[in-house]
Amino acid sequence: MTTTTPTPPAPTPPAPAPPRRGRALDSASSFLRRRPRLRLGLLLSAPMLWLGLAYLGALAALFATAFWHTDSFTGQVVREWTLENFRTLFTDEVYRTITLRTIGIAALVTLIDAVLAFPMAFVMAKFCSPRAQRILVIAVMTPLWASYLVKAYSWRVMLSGNGVIDWLLAPFGLDSPGYGLLATVLTLSYLWLPYMILPIYAGLERLPASLLDAAGDLGARPWRAFRSVVLPLTFPAIVAGSIFTFSLSLGDYISVRIVGGANQMLGNVVYDNIGAANNLPFAATVATVPVVIMLGYLAAVRRTGALDNL
Amino acid sequence: MSPNQAPSVAPAPAGDREDAGTGPAVRLRALRKSFGAVTAVDGIDLDIARGEFFSMLGPSGSGKTTVLRMIAGFELPTSGTVELAGRDVSRLAPFQRDVNTVFQDYALFPHMNVIGNVEYGLRVKRVPRARRRERALEALRTVRLQELAQRKPGQLSGGQRQRVALARALVNRPRVLLLDEPLGALDLKLRQAMQIELKQIQREVGITFVFVTHDQDEALTMSDRIAVFNDGLIEQVGTPAEVYERPASAFVAGFVGTSNLLSGRGAEQVIGSRGVYSIRPEKIRVDTDLAVPARDGETGATGTVTGVVYAGATVRYEVALDAGGQLSVVRQNEGTAAGAPALEGSRVRLVWRQEHSFRVSEGSGETHR
Repeated sequence: MTTTTPTPPAPTPPAPAPPRRGRALDSASSFLRRRPRLRLGLLLSAPMLWLGLAYLGALAALFATAFWHTDSFTGQVVREWTLENFRTLFTDEVYRTITLRTIGIAALVTLIDAVLAFPMAFVMAKFCSPRAQRILVIAVMTPLWASYLVKAYSWRVMLSGNGVIDWLLAPFGLDSPGYGLLATVLTLSYLWLPYMILPIYAGLERLPASLLDAAGDLGARPWRAFRSVVLPLTFPAIVAGSIFTFSLSLGDYISVRIVGGANQMLGNVVYDNIGAANNLPFAATVATVPVVIMLGYLAAVRRTGALDNL
Repeated sequence: MSPNQAPSVAPAPAGDREDAGTGPAVRLRALRKSFGAVTAVDGIDLDIARGEFFSMLGPSGSGKTTVLRMIAGFELPTSGTVELAGRDVSRLAPFQRDVNTVFQDYALFPHMNVIGNVEYGLRVKRVPRARRRERALEALRTVRLQELAQRKPGQLSGGQRQRVALARALVNRPRVLLLDEPLGALDLKLRQAMQIELKQIQREVGITFVFVTHDQDEALTMSDRIAVFNDGLIEQVGTPAEVYERPASAFVAGFVGTSNLLSGRGAEQVIGSRGVYSIRPEKIRVDTDLAVPARDGETGATGTVTGVVYAGATVRYEVALDAGGQLSVVRQNEGTAAGAPALEGSRVRLVWRQEHSFRVSEGSGETHR
């Protein structure tokens, strides 16, 4: 402020003194203003407490429990360090099969969602008016407001013997796939699709339209322009979406119970060991598997810049 | 009217072209484009000769960029035709047209380095690798950027990006190069340097340039011919001198350079007939001696100086005429500037040669200024 004209004295009388409570608040805020570290500490204490205790603490407890075992006679948890649980996990054929099946389902769900989400997000971001975009974003998110169980059970109904899918496929001489792995993949793909569409949509929206024009201008046909310009530039957004779909599928155990027939995923093993088998340490051991897979996945995609897209 | 012969220094155009074609580089006929209820381009006829540096000048929203985008193929015309070298391309996609564009935001591919960007068009057209590299480096030499070939666009300055965009378009040896306000994002000094350089490059490569700008200085400095756009229509097409010295309408007079308009009673008394007359401010002489009689072929009017604006190299005087109306006068600052402000409020006589005040059509444009 370097005005050269002198400011005339204010003609109005000074403002009346603020009420007492306001003054106390004012002095508190100016006290905090002078102590930025304290202010930062107060603002962050609640989230830090949550993150530190509830989340990291639970994770630490999980890892610790994974190395304990239960007394086979009393069923009590014995707090002695042992690798017994991990030995069972790695040597028993059943667990290896279930782990591979779970990873396969998660990968397939991710792939299906990416293939379905991309054209949807592309049309939303590049061809729709801003108004239509808002409506479509809400439409994509609407299923997230419905209960998980309702959605899973409606797939069960649709997939049943005389369900909608049977009726739709009948003219082609096909039957409903029934309950099983395919049904699980279908249901999970449906459930997690919005988590793939939204990051891709955001990524495409950031892509300047002039880049597409430029590719065409330089002689690239649409498919070439897509492959050489759009896909490389939105790949981080696709990976960001895949983090959601992959991790959510990896930990799921309800859909497979509802539509998966007799098949089990890692989550079912955890659930059964907590409940029926009463073997909390082994449940914890199995539960570390998705965590480790996810850490490996995040480390692998870190270089694509996907984590900046979340 | 314009130097539209192919320059002899130009390298021969690519031999893989199916035919040289006939007719002007670009021919637009009754070209229209509406977006819903809005008509952006309202029936344009235009011929752009081969090898010409042609500017489309106009305020924003005048339709010049839409015309450019229709030539490129990014927009399809609502009606009318676009011909390139005699071939009707009105309905073709951008990748089927022998034109390239330098975009306003440059539109460089951020995930490719400079040479990758420049090679893109050749790679798409399956030019062999060695040949491709050679031509890309040659194009980068033309814009003097060969040493930055491995950089990513994000590591370049605005002016460097602009050159990469130019090289990326030129390397394809298009029939026509379209430039959409390419200098708009650069600062003044860089812009002036690039104006000269662009013109040089155009002479070297001998390609038809169609240059969209809202900057009248840019258009006047660089172009062989200028089309002045207003409200989806072309108000005038001509050489810079024609457009500046003989604007066809009040809009052109006002948009290209500063214009003095005399109309109504003022025109009647000073010039002798009603109508709208335009006089460029630098054509007027200021005389403090009111008694000097007008020489042969000169017109004069008396008035009062209402303002003096000192602008370094020039001084501008605002003069209210006794006959009605207001004229600006721009004089070179020839060492008399110290006394100039003192003129404010004094009575002066303005004198100009009769041919420098000329009648312009009132034009729809006047309401826009």
